[in-house]
Amino acid sequence: MLQIALTILIYLILVIPVGIYVYHIAAGKHTFADPVFNRIDGVIYKICGIRPQNSMDWKRYAVSLVLTNGAMILLGYIILRIQSIGLFNPNGIGAMEESLSFNTIISFMTNTNLQHYSGETGLSYLSQMLVIIFMMFVSAASGYAACVAFIRGLAGKTKDNVGNFFADLVRITTRVLLPFSVIGGMLLVWQGVPQNFSGNTVVDTIEGAKQIIAMGPVAALEIIKHLGTNGGGFLGANSATPIENPTILSNLIELYSMMLLPGACVITFGKMVRDRRRNLLPDSLLEDSAAGAPKARVRKGLTEWMYGREGRSIFAAMGILFLIGMGVCFWAESQGNPALAEMGLSQSMGSMEGKEVRFGVAQSSLFTTVTTSFTTGTVNNMHDTLTPLGGMIPMLHMMLNVVFGGKGVGLMNMITYAVLAVFISGLMIGRTPEYLGKKIEGREMKLAALCIIIHPLLILAFSALAVGTQAGLAGITNPGYHGLSQVLYEFASSAANNGSGFEGLADNTLFWNITTGLVMFFGRYLSMILQLAIAGSLMKKRFVSESTGTLHTDTMSFAVILVFVVYIFAALTFFPVLALGPVAEHLTLWA
Amino acid sequence: MKESVKSVLHGARQTIAVSVVLMLLCGLVFPCLLTGLSALIFPRQAGGNLITVNGQTVGAEYVGQEFTEDYYMWSRPSAYHYNVYVEGEDGTRYYNDGTEFPGIGSGSNNYAATNPALTERVEADIEAFLEKNPDVKREDIPTDLLTASGSGLDPHISPASAEVQIPRIAEASGLSEDEIRDITAENTQGKALGIFGEETVNVLKVNIEIAQRMGIL
Repeated sequence: MLQIALTILIYLILVIPVGIYVYHIAAGKHTFADPVFNRIDGVIYKICGIRPQNSMDWKRYAVSLVLTNGAMILLGYIILRIQSIGLFNPNGIGAMEESLSFNTIISFMTNTNLQHYSGETGLSYLSQMLVIIFMMFVSAASGYAACVAFIRGLAGKTKDNVGNFFADLVRITTRVLLPFSVIGGMLLVWQGVPQNFSGNTVVDTIEGAKQIIAMGPVAALEIIKHLGTNGGGFLGANSATPIENPTILSNLIELYSMMLLPGACVITFGKMVRDRRRNLLPDSLLEDSAAGAPKARVRKGLTEWMYGREGRSIFAAMGILFLIGMGVCFWAESQGNPALAEMGLSQSMGSMEGKEVRFGVAQSSLFTTVTTSFTTGTVNNMHDTLTPLGGMIPMLHMMLNVVFGGKGVGLMNMITYAVLAVFISGLMIGRTPEYLGKKIEGREMKLAALCIIIHPLLILAFSALAVGTQAGLAGITNPGYHGLSQVLYEFASSAANNGSGFEGLADNTLFWNITTGLVMFFGRYLSMILQLAIAGSLMKKRFVSESTGTLHTDTMSFAVILVFVVYIFAALTFFPVLALGPVAEHLTLWA
Repeated sequence: MKESVKSVLHGARQTIAVSVVLMLLCGLVFPCLLTGLSALIFPRQAGGNLITVNGQTVGAEYVGQEFTEDYYMWSRPSAYHYNVYVEGEDGTRYYNDGTEFPGIGSGSNNYAATNPALTERVEADIEAFLEKNPDVKREDIPTDLLTASGSGLDPHISPASAEVQIPRIAEASGLSEDEIRDITAENTQGKALGIFGEETVNVLKVNIEIAQRMGIL
C-alpha cells in the first residue's frame, strides 16, 4: 500500500513542471529550448509548406486532422503489406495479411494499439519502426493537437481561430514527444531494455537445450508507447515481458511516462482558461491585487497556481475516480483466487496467475488501473487472469473513458461530462447552465449527449453482435460468465482507444479484425469531431458576466458532482452487462 | 474558383509532406539515434544483457529459463516454456515436455480465475512438485511458484519459492543447504529503495552458480 501511495505522490509532484512546459508549447509561449526547436520546426515547415500563422476554424482543423491521419494510414498500410522485403528484417518476417493489416493500421492510427498479432512473429523491424513507432508519435500528437484546439475554443480569445493543425502536430512531436522519448528511452536502456537491430539470439542453456531470445529496437518503441499513451507492445506479452520491462525501475519509468502527459493536459487546460479570465479582468482589479488587497477572484492558492482554478476541479474529479478504481482493483487482487485456495495453494501473496514476481500484486494492480484510466493499453500483467472484480475495474475505466484518458482525448471527454453536469445541476437548482463563462444551450447539449451516447452504443451494440453470431462466439476461450467479459472488454478497449485486451480472446479472425477496426475508427473520430464542434459552437458565443445565478465550476463540490454524474451515467448504461459478466463471475467464484 | 483549387492543392501538399517527414523523423531517425546512443553508453544492456560463461552465451539476465533437473532451482510454469526447446534428430523442435515448439512467443494461457483448466493445471503441478519435494507440505508452497507469469518469461521467483526448493536441490546436487542458501541470497534483489516492487530471486543466475560449484560448467 505504501508503495502505491508513494508512487502516486511522486506523480503529483512530477506532473506540475511537465504541465507547465506543455502549457508553454500549447499556448505558443517562449521556452528555454526555443533556439533549437525553432530552427528544426522552421526546416520542417519549409519542406512541408506549412504556414503556422494561417489560422483554421474548427471545421478546417478537424478536416486537416482526419485527412492527415488518412494519408498516414495509407503509408503505414503499404509498409505492412511489403514488410517482407530484406530491409531491417533479420528474422525473415513475411507480409501481413489484409484484414489484420487493416485492423493493425486503424488500431495504431487511432491511438488504440489493440494488437491481433504477436510482435515476435508478426512484424519486421522495418514495420515496428516505420509503422508502429511512427504512428505512436503521430497518433498521440494528433490527439493532443485536437485537445489543444478544443481548449483554445473554450478559452476563446477569438471567434473562430482554433490554431493551425499542421503546426500543432509538428510542434507537439518535436518539442514534447521526441525530446522526452530520447531521455526516457535512454533511461529504459540503462535499466536493461534492449535497443539494437540484430536478429533474435539462440543460446545454449546450461541444461543442454536451446533458448531463443527476442532482440530489436525495443526501447525506442517502449518509451513512446507509454509517453503517447499508445500501449502496443514490441512483443506479444507487452510490458509484462522482462525484455520490455525488466525491473521495477523500468516499470516506474513506464508508469510515469504514461501518466505525465494526460495529467499535463489538464494543467494546460486550467492555465489557458485562466489566461482568458485574466485578460477579461478589468485593470483596476489586477492593480488592486498587486497592491495587496486580497480579492477572492484573483487570489492565488498553491493548487490554483499549479492547476488553474477550472483545471483543479477537473483534476480532482479524475483523481477521485482513479483512486476508487485503484483501491477496488488492489483489494480484489490481494484476496487471491478462492478456487486455488480450496486446493490448498496458499493465496497469501494474492492472485499471482498472470502476474510477474518483480511487480507483485501492488504494482500490477496500480499499472492495470493506470493503463486503462490513461487509455494506454500497455499491460504488465495479463488482464484476462485478473480476479473478476479486479478485471472489472479496467473494463469500467475504459467504459467511463474520462479518468485522465489518453493524449488529450480524456480531457475532452471529461469536459463533455462537465457540460452535462452543469446542465443537470442547472436544472436541479434553477440556475442558468453556464460553463467557463459561456451559456450552455440546446445545440451544445445535443452535441454533448450524442458524444456521450456513441461510446456505450459502440461497445454494447458490437458486443451484442459478437455474442449473437457464430463468428463472434468462436473467439471466446474462457467458459462461463468470463466469456462475456472477454467480449465486452475487447469492444470497451476498442471504443475507448485503449488497446489492452483480455488476451485469451482468439481475435485474429476476419470478424474480430473488421468489427474492432470499425469500433476503433468511430470511437476515435466521431467523438473528436463532435467535441470540436462543441468548442466551435461555444466560441461564437459572448461571455456572460458572472452573476449570483452562476454555478461555480471551480469548486470541490463541482468535482464531486462531476464524479457522481460520471458514475450515474455509467451505471445506467453499463450496469446490466457488468452484472452479467464480472459481477456474476465474482459471485460464483466466492459462493 | 482558382483560389479554392489552389487552397485544396496546398492542403494536400501539407498533408502528404508532413506525413512523410514525420514518418522518417519518428520512425527512422529517432530509433537509429537511440540505437547509436545506447550502443555507446550502455552497450551491454542495449545488446540484451546476455550472460556469458566460459566464452559461451547461456542466457539473458532478464529472460527466465525452464529448468527440469532436480539439482537446479525451478522457475514458474510458462505457457511458452520460456522459449526453451530441444532439437530432434530430424530437425523438428520440441519443448522439454515433448510438445512441438511453434517458434518464439510470449504470454500466458490466459486462464480466468474461474476456468477449470486453471485448477487442473495447478493440481497437476502441485502433485508433481510434492513428489519431487517430499518434505514440503502442500500449504507451504508459495503461490507464485505454481502460477504462470503474465509473460511466460519471468526470470524471477520469490525468496519463499526458492527456500522450499533448497532441501531438494541440496540432496540432488550434493551441495550443503547453507551453500545453496548463500547462493540464493547473493542473487536476491531487494525492493528498490526498500519500498518499490517485490523481493526477487534470479533463477538463471542461481543455477549458473550451482552448476559452477558442482563443477559441471
